[in-house]
Amino acid sequence: MLLIKCPYCEEERPELEFRNAGEAHLVRANPITEQSDEDFAAFLYFRQNPKGLQFERWRHIHGCGRFFNAVRDSVSDKFLTVYKAGEPRPDMQPQLSPAPAELPVTKRSPRTKKVEV
Amino acid sequence: MSTSTHSGSNRIHGAGRLTPAKTVRFTFDGQNLTGLEGDTLASALLANGIHLVGRSFKYHRPRGILSAGSEEPNALVDIERDKSRRQPNVRATVQEIYDGLKVKSQNRWPSLTFDVGALGDVFSPMLPAGFYYKTFMWPKFAWKSIYEPRIRAAAGLGVTPGEPDTDRYSNRFAHCDVLIVGAGAAGLAAALSAASTGASVIICDEQPEAGGALRYESAVTIDGQPGYEWAASAITKLRALDNVTVLTRTTAFGYYAQNFVGLVERISDHLSSPALDMPRERLWQVRAKKVVLATGAIERHLVFANNDRPGVMLASAARLFLNQHGVAVGRKVGVYTSNDSAYAAAIDLKNAGIDVPVIVDTRDNPTSAIVDAARSLDIEVLTGHAVFSAGGKRRVSSMSIQPTRGGSERKVAVDALIMSGGWTPSVHLFSQSRGKVTWDAANERFLPGTYAQDCVSVGACNGTDGLQATLDEGLAAGEGRTSPIVATNGTEWTGGMIGSAPGAGADTSVKAFVDFQNDVTAKDVRLAVREGMHSIEHVKRFTTNGMATDQGKTSNLHGLAIAAEALDRPIPAVGLTTFRAPFTPVTFGAIVNHARHDLFDPTRETPMHDWHAAQGAAFEDVGQWKRAWYYPQAGEDMHSAVNRECVAVRNQAGIFDASTLGKIEVVGPDAAKFLELLYTNPWEKLGVGRCRYGIMLREDGFIYDDGVVGRLAEDRFHVTTTTGGAPRVMHHMEDYLQTEFPHLNVWLTSTTEQWAVIAVQGPKAREIIAPLVEGIDMSNEAMPHMSVREGKICGVPTRLFRMSFTGESGYEINVPADYGRAVWEAVYGRGKPLGLTPYGTEAMHVLRAEKGYIIVGQDTDGTVTPHDAGLTWAIGKNKTDYVGIRGLLRRDLVANGRKQLVGLKTVDPTIVLEEGAQIVANPNQPVPMTMIGHVTSSYWSENCGRSIALALVIDGTKRLGETLYVPMPNGVIEVEVTGMVFFDEKGERLNG
Repeated sequence: MLLIKCPYCEEERPELEFRNAGEAHLVRANPITEQSDEDFAAFLYFRQNPKGLQFERWRHIHGCGRFFNAVRDSVSDKFLTVYKAGEPRPDMQPQLSPAPAELPVTKRSPRTKKVEV
Repeated sequence: MSTSTHSGSNRIHGAGRLTPAKTVRFTFDGQNLTGLEGDTLASALLANGIHLVGRSFKYHRPRGILSAGSEEPNALVDIERDKSRRQPNVRATVQEIYDGLKVKSQNRWPSLTFDVGALGDVFSPMLPAGFYYKTFMWPKFAWKSIYEPRIRAAAGLGVTPGEPDTDRYSNRFAHCDVLIVGAGAAGLAAALSAASTGASVIICDEQPEAGGALRYESAVTIDGQPGYEWAASAITKLRALDNVTVLTRTTAFGYYAQNFVGLVERISDHLSSPALDMPRERLWQVRAKKVVLATGAIERHLVFANNDRPGVMLASAARLFLNQHGVAVGRKVGVYTSNDSAYAAAIDLKNAGIDVPVIVDTRDNPTSAIVDAARSLDIEVLTGHAVFSAGGKRRVSSMSIQPTRGGSERKVAVDALIMSGGWTPSVHLFSQSRGKVTWDAANERFLPGTYAQDCVSVGACNGTDGLQATLDEGLAAGEGRTSPIVATNGTEWTGGMIGSAPGAGADTSVKAFVDFQNDVTAKDVRLAVREGMHSIEHVKRFTTNGMATDQGKTSNLHGLAIAAEALDRPIPAVGLTTFRAPFTPVTFGAIVNHARHDLFDPTRETPMHDWHAAQGAAFEDVGQWKRAWYYPQAGEDMHSAVNRECVAVRNQAGIFDASTLGKIEVVGPDAAKFLELLYTNPWEKLGVGRCRYGIMLREDGFIYDDGVVGRLAEDRFHVTTTTGGAPRVMHHMEDYLQTEFPHLNVWLTSTTEQWAVIAVQGPKAREIIAPLVEGIDMSNEAMPHMSVREGKICGVPTRLFRMSFTGESGYEINVPADYGRAVWEAVYGRGKPLGLTPYGTEAMHVLRAEKGYIIVGQDTDGTVTPHDAGLTWAIGKNKTDYVGIRGLLRRDLVANGRKQLVGLKTVDPTIVLEEGAQIVANPNQPVPMTMIGHVTSSYWSENCGRSIALALVIDGTKRLGETLYVPMPNGVIEVEVTGMVFFDEKGERLNG
């Protein structure tokens, strides 16, 4: 069972208290009604699923109830960092020097058009 | 030396540590036997001269006891306390005996000594590895009906218990600074050292007592004491410390992420009559800052012909049986070795008065002092020789010896043959921790290489061979400042042999077993390579080598070496199969633990549950909730009860427990704005005191949930959800509030269990409850359909909703949960004379279907839009944003050809369609037919006097009046497409 640090509670708690909530940094367009079919499809369906660093959302559902973001290595299952919802995507380059090949590269074209906040 | 026959004829007087007076009686296949307190089943059987313990998995060959520990592949037995507490596949080498222990051998018929299945051994040339995959291919149908059941009956181990386990299992979570796995010399040194720092320490060992190899290493002294006594005093010292937890009979079975280690403590398996409240096992889930692995090493057998004959066993096992249990494994014990460690066993046996005719050593010139020591005891030592085969059937009777390079054969009569192929470090847990092993080419073994967690291996599992070095390593790992521990006469067992021994090479066809439990021979491994399995993972699966319950503790390295030789590749290139948890089998009981019966899943009951039960209600499970399904009266079946309830609601009134509906309080200055974004409907202009039916979509435009929302104040809404949807709707709302619309000032609170909800529906609803209500004007004008008021009922606070899921005029009375039962009874007491009838969920389903009200999850399936469900009216036309607004604009969601919800009437009104039945336009088309929809809801409606159904049909709303067909096994049912409302189409009754 993994230990996950909640950035709001500021402590490590067992995985059972958390629920994964999918890929992080997907941005809901505003106004969403004017989004192109292609961009909306990317927002709705296309996910990175990288081998390596995964930016993902978690909710401390059986704790403080807050959503937050985490960077997890999908190969080793290790959490590299956690940060609060709304905070920018952290620069993970320094921690990645040994295995740049496993970086989440944006292979899928629909995603490259997206703006990150 | 004289022998004692009391606890077995092979008990050696003066040997071992057991007390001769403490006898224990047990049975083996019905035979009454006596052992001593402290015996394992294996030592007690051997003391009684019993070597034949079981039959093998595939060939039904007679099998005995190979080892003295948890690595045992052969001696698997069935232990039965009573019918429900029977455990198959127990290793005789692990089970401690107790008075009354009942043991049965396995996989034999009719008896252990005469086993019909042993014919499989005669026909074994026809049953090579992988034969299942080839032989039974034809005819195709026969695999399932003939071959598989017969193979399954013939092959296998013990028989699963047939009754539920009545034992209790307990569970503990523990956190510690240092977890030490193994209480041999290395683990004890580490524990003493770690404890001295004040750190919290847990030390566990699978044996009943500490010591590990010190239990049989007879010559060793530590700090001036015999090794075994040092271990005993060390564990006593540790037990006395407040910061140390000592767990014996406890196996660390799994090493998971972030130093999370699973332990199973066996609490009562060794007791004659455990107290009823005593758990059988305790699962420990330990989170350690640091883990010290002191798991030792496992001796390997040698791979030669008939090496599986009962009486052929590991040298260290024979030593433990002698030095711990005082049992000689034979009277004339031959020795076959490829390293020094078997010499120590030979010397111990000889010193105990056992005849040791010969030590056969595959090495040409072993130079250790221990070889001379053996010779000086007049034991014949044949170096450069090998045992080419073992004689005997149910017990080894001889060993055939030849020079390793070939030459004349010599046969020596023996009644036991002990062997050592060297030692395999137990890197199982290290590997489970995701550490990477490295190949120690000089000593032909895998050792811990790169660590993945805060963990350290010490002693034999780390390839540290000397006792002094082991103790030093343990002390260092504990990071304490204790004085050095000094060992003398320490032993050092390196070297050995992996792969097939001389006489069992590629040019032979002998049965030289690699994996005893799965009956895999050296020949099978070579066959796998010839068949094209070039990775050890493939070889393993083709032969099943290492895949039995012992997970190949003795066999993996042999299998790997034989495969590598056949492939002519170095061992590391062929690879090592991954070690997986559990290290030894773990009972389902320990894992399931308390989570069974009532504790398997929470059961949620409404405050009125007991009332429903007292009325004889049948219940149905809705998620975790128990809901009253219908209330049968004397002589009624479900059908007639539901009909009666449905009619009563429409003619008088019904009372229904709606407490399970999800309820969320949405509060804050931006509450209305938030609901605008979460629901398709407009909310800003909903008046205080009014209600609205809301539809919630997912971002993709499909219906996610629905429910009535009441506005209690400008900044306060009472939101209801479906019963099953409450938690996910709350999650969904929190997600959007926290991450997409964090600028909104809104609080969400789940109030599902705070309110009991009593629905009173029907023409007499107001008449029934009005006298009980205070402070609310319930007239049609003051409180019309879809309104909410706060006041009191029966003297307690209420949120009174005028709303309906039946199509009748009705109310939903929300009261604080604790008052639910009292208010329910008061309302029922008042209404009963007026015909008020309790109705359950089944009647509720029928009544709402009569009105065409959908149930999300029944009439929708995650691919249905509000347009598809005929709910376009519920979408706010002027809204610029809500979750799902963009999804609804997708081309395919507005295209023709979508499935739409419609009503169906069977042409024969007495036929009730099956829910889920498929619908076609032309029943005469060839199979497979083109299906154009399916039935989502279908009931007999007593109020309509006919069956009614809802269905999702392609372009359904354009087909009104069309005839469609529902093909069923017994014929085609003709249906007419209709609107969704079957009763009171104008909806006049709502306002009555």
